[in-house]
Formats: sequence, structure tokens, C-alpha cells
Amino acid sequence: MKTPIYGLMAEFENPTALAAAARHAREKGYRKVEAYSPFAIEEVNEALGLHHNRLSLIVLCGGILGGLTGYLMQYYLAVIDFPINVGGRPLHSWPSFIIITFELTILFSALATVLGLLGLCGLPMPYHPVFNVPRFALASRDRFFLCIEARDPLFDRHDTAEFLSSLHPREVSEVAH
Amino acid sequence: MSDDQRDTRSVQSGRPTVIAPGHTFGSVTDKISSIVLTRRTPLFWFVPFLVASALLMVFLAAVAYLFVRGVGIWGIRVPVMWGWAITNFVWWIGIGHAGTLISAILLLLRQSWRNSINRFAEAMTLFAVACAGMFPLLHLGRPWLFYWLFPYPNSMNIQPQFRSPLVWDVFAVSTYATVSAMFWFVGLIPDLATLRDRARNRIAKVIYGILAMGWRGAASHWQKYETASLLLAGLATPLVLSVHTVVSFDFTVAIVPGWHSTIFPPYFVAGAIYSGFAMVMVLAIPLRAMYGLEDLITMRHLDNMAKVMLATGEIVAYSYFFEAFIAWYSGKPLEMFAIWNRMTGPYAPTYWLLIFCNLVFPQLLWWKKIRTNIVWLFVMSLDVLLGMWLERYVIVVVSLHRDFLPSSWGIYSPTIWDVATYVGTLGLFFFLFFLFIRSMPMISIFEVRTLLPQAEVTEGVEK
Repeated sequence: MKTPIYGLMAEFENPTALAAAARHAREKGYRKVEAYSPFAIEEVNEALGLHHNRLSLIVLCGGILGGLTGYLMQYYLAVIDFPINVGGRPLHSWPSFIIITFELTILFSALATVLGLLGLCGLPMPYHPVFNVPRFALASRDRFFLCIEARDPLFDRHDTAEFLSSLHPREVSEVAH
Repeated sequence: MSDDQRDTRSVQSGRPTVIAPGHTFGSVTDKISSIVLTRRTPLFWFVPFLVASALLMVFLAAVAYLFVRGVGIWGIRVPVMWGWAITNFVWWIGIGHAGTLISAILLLLRQSWRNSINRFAEAMTLFAVACAGMFPLLHLGRPWLFYWLFPYPNSMNIQPQFRSPLVWDVFAVSTYATVSAMFWFVGLIPDLATLRDRARNRIAKVIYGILAMGWRGAASHWQKYETASLLLAGLATPLVLSVHTVVSFDFTVAIVPGWHSTIFPPYFVAGAIYSGFAMVMVLAIPLRAMYGLEDLITMRHLDNMAKVMLATGEIVAYSYFFEAFIAWYSGKPLEMFAIWNRMTGPYAPTYWLLIFCNLVFPQLLWWKKIRTNIVWLFVMSLDVLLGMWLERYVIVVVSLHRDFLPSSWGIYSPTIWDVATYVGTLGLFFFLFFLFIRSMPMISIFEVRTLLPQAEVTEGVEK
């Protein structure tokens, strides 16, 4: 009985090979598949069925919250908390409140984008098993990796390794936990 | 020059390519990361860095003296209470605009040539905003009470006046600084991961590792990352246009002749981009030569930036013309006098020098020979930076020094402390910038990879 592993990882030399491998893995029925590349590749996202994410919705919520915060803060402070008569102008002089409302809408949306991105990606992440593969350091340089995880129902240490080898990778390695 | 052009010209189109041919994913990664990680820190880094550090000391001395003696050490006197401080504020914040334009607007417009200049242009934005922020803060008189500008529950029971453009400015500039910093940092994450994986030095590995936050280039992350980049670009675009608009409100909301004009917001934004591209050029031209980056920042980049400068310069020229025309057409004696005073008053030489620097001289950019000549472009960029500074000087000082009643007129001249503070912020800017190019990849590595022909998926991938 060998120790359990995180998954099996195949290394490819170019984005075309990675996209083809990702497509084959999906066609074979694997679902816990992740591709690693030094830049975003649209075809790989297609092959892995990555179409939507919830980031836009998070940013929309952030923007609405920011806009409401900006306007209501000014309304509360200028009309209720600290009413001050400037040349008889109305306390609720909404046109002059628009700018700060706009700025806070942008600020909250941008914060929501960054925090949402980190949250959805699970970053910061101090440890991840894929870094146990020595050659994985090249994933941030010029190599392309496809990893089939052990928690996939179809995963079999021997069969999956054979399947990955059939995709003509540079090499296939086991990813230790 | 001719070498450059021959190298960067693609065979088919005859146009210079974005990236010189012959690069691979590995070679661009090594080339850009080696500047930070392995190459010896060159002499041409130390010399400007030491000069910038010396100027930073001048800044600290000027600020220390300002804290002790108050803003009276500057030349500001009634009626010109804004003087160099606000001139420099508007100039610096304008310079920042080009960085956001390159990183956000050109991303939305799918101008892929921006990929090799956006990183240091964004850094330039951050540092320019830092320099800009100094002036309104120091100009407050009691800078340590700056936080009174923000609404917060306080025992004095007072709140900021939200009908005042000066409070709008606080929100606009602080939002701009925050969003620019986040945009820059998010753009850095994949490159920080590259540096983490390539660093040999243990300390460097740990620091870049912490900053990269465990980025591993997973497809599911890249997909969200691309969405985030587009969203941030979409947010930064209206933001950058709003910032200089709000800065122009500092002037237009006042009824001073020469300020109270609806042309100011677009005119300020165009001028900001004009001077910002000039600063990008001033930084890019020596950097590419010193670090041998001519294959990544090619003549095509410089040519394109020169075209943006030319276009925004024409918008600025149009604004100058209409500012004068409307003053005449309005039939208002005060408005007419304000423009006439600019052209013929005691500050007339600054006005005509500004017209020469911003309008006349840059017309040479219509010629491709000039746009592809490094020396000309460098001189042109310095000229535009000077011209845009003079523009703000003319707007601030000349409008204020003769407003309504001759009894309240006065003449303004800066003191040595004005000069020291301004030159000091130049020191702060270049100090931060040289630290940045030493410690961070000054060109976005992962975005340059996507410009290579190998990045294309060549065989059809159907679902």
C-alpha cells in the first residue's frame, strides 16, 4: 500500500498541447482536472468548462453598497448630524453629493474586485501540494501542466498515469500531499 | 536607430512589431526577471538613485523647515495663496493619468502593445500621486490635522463641508491612489510568483513568496483573474477621467475670471494625459537603452505614445483657442481682461513660453522621422512636461494675481523653499521609481508572454 497522493501531473511544452490534453481529460470523464500555465489561455478554460464566475456579482454588490454608503453618509452628515446654512442653500443639495457618491462607488467596487478575486481563488494560500513537484517551478516560466486530482471518482493511480502518458507529455509525475 | 528599425520590422506588414522576433516564453521571463534577481546592480542605477536620494533629503529639509516656520516660507501672499503648491499638485496628478490610461483604457480597447509598458507606467502613477498628495497636505498649514478632511465621529462635533470641491478632491485623490495601488498589485501577482520560483536567494524567495500569496497559475484562477483585470480596468477608466475633472472643479466652481469655465474638465483630462505620456517617454527612453530592452519596448511603442501625445496635444491646443475665444465672445470685461492679462500682463512670457512648449514645438510630431528619433522624442517629452507645468502655473497664478478690483491685485514670485519643495518631490519620485525597477519586474512578464506567437493555441479546440 503506497501513501496516498494528491494527484498525477503531466508536463507539456506549449499551450496547444495543454488545451488538447485538457479536452481529452474532460472527454474521458475526469472532472477534478486543473491546468497550470504561465499565462491565461482561453482555450484551456473552454476545455475545462470554466465559463462563469461570481466575481462580477460580488463587484456589483460592492458598487451598490459603495454608492449607498457615499450618498447616505453625506445626507446624514449634511442634513441630520451637522446642518449648516451656507448662503441659504438647501441642506440636501444633492448635485454636490454626486461626486463623492461616485468616488465611493468606484472605491468599494474595486475593493470588492480585489478581495473577491482573492476569496474566490482561496488566496493567500501558504501551502499547496502541486509545489511538491520539482519541475512545477517552471509553471511560472514556460511550461504547461495538467493535474488530475486523486479525489476524482475515475482516478486510478495506474490507469490515470497511463492515460496521461498517452497524451504525449514531456513527463508524468505523482504529486505528493 | 536604423538597427532598431531593422530588428523590429516584421516581414509581412513592414510595420515594427510589438515584440522583436526570436523570443520564447523562457527568454522573456529570464530577461525581465534577471534585472531584479541575477544581474549585478549597474552603475547607471546607482548614480541616478543617489542623485534622487540627495533630492529627497532636500525635500525632507524643506518640509521640516515648513513645519517649523509655516507656509509663509513659500512665496504665497494675498491674493495668490495657491502659488507653486497647487501648480505642482495639478502637474503631478496629471502625470499619473497616463499610467492608468495605459493600463486600463488601452486594456479595454485591446491595444496589446500596452503590455510591455503598463507595469512601469502604473508604478509611475502611484509615485506621481504620492508626490501630488504632498502639496495639498503641506499647503494646509497644519498638515498634521489633515484627517479633519475625512468624515469621522469626533469630539469637536463638526463634519466636512460636502458642498466644497476641496472635500471632493480628498475623496477623488485618495480613491485614485487606492485603486491605482490595487490595480498595480493585482497585476504584479503572477510576476511575483515567477520571481518566487526563480529566486535563488532565500530571503528574496520568502519575500516574493509572501507577496505572491501562493499564486500557482491554475486555469480556474486565471479565468477569475482575467475577469478581475477587466473589471478593474472598467472601474479605473471612469475614475481616471473623474479625478482630473474633480481637480478642475477646484478652479471652475470658484467665480474667479479665467477659472469659471465649463471647458476645464475635458481640457484638464487631455492635458493630464499629454503630460503623463511625456513622463512615460522620459522614463522609457533611458530605461530601454540602459537595460537593453529595445526588443521589448520597441520603436512601435514610442511611435504610438508619440501619437497619443500629439492627439492629446491637439485637444489641449483646441482648449486654449476656445478659452480665449469664449472669453472674447462672452463680452464680459472681466473674462476678457483675464485672458488679455495672460497674454500681455506681467506674466506674459510664461504664457507665450507655454504656448510654444505645448502648441508649437510638439507639431513636429506629425513627422514620422521625429516620432522614430529617440533624441527628438526625449527632448519633446521634456518640453511637454515643462509646457504643462507652465500651463498650471498660468492658470493658478495669473488668474489669482489680478481678479476683480485693482486694489487687491498683487505680484507673486516663488521663494527658494518653493523650488526646494518641488525639486524635492522630483527626488521622491525618482527615489521610489529606482527602488521599484530594482525590486520588481518593470515589464509585465506574463502579459509579454501572451504577445509571442507561441502563445496562440494553433489547433482548433472544440467543446
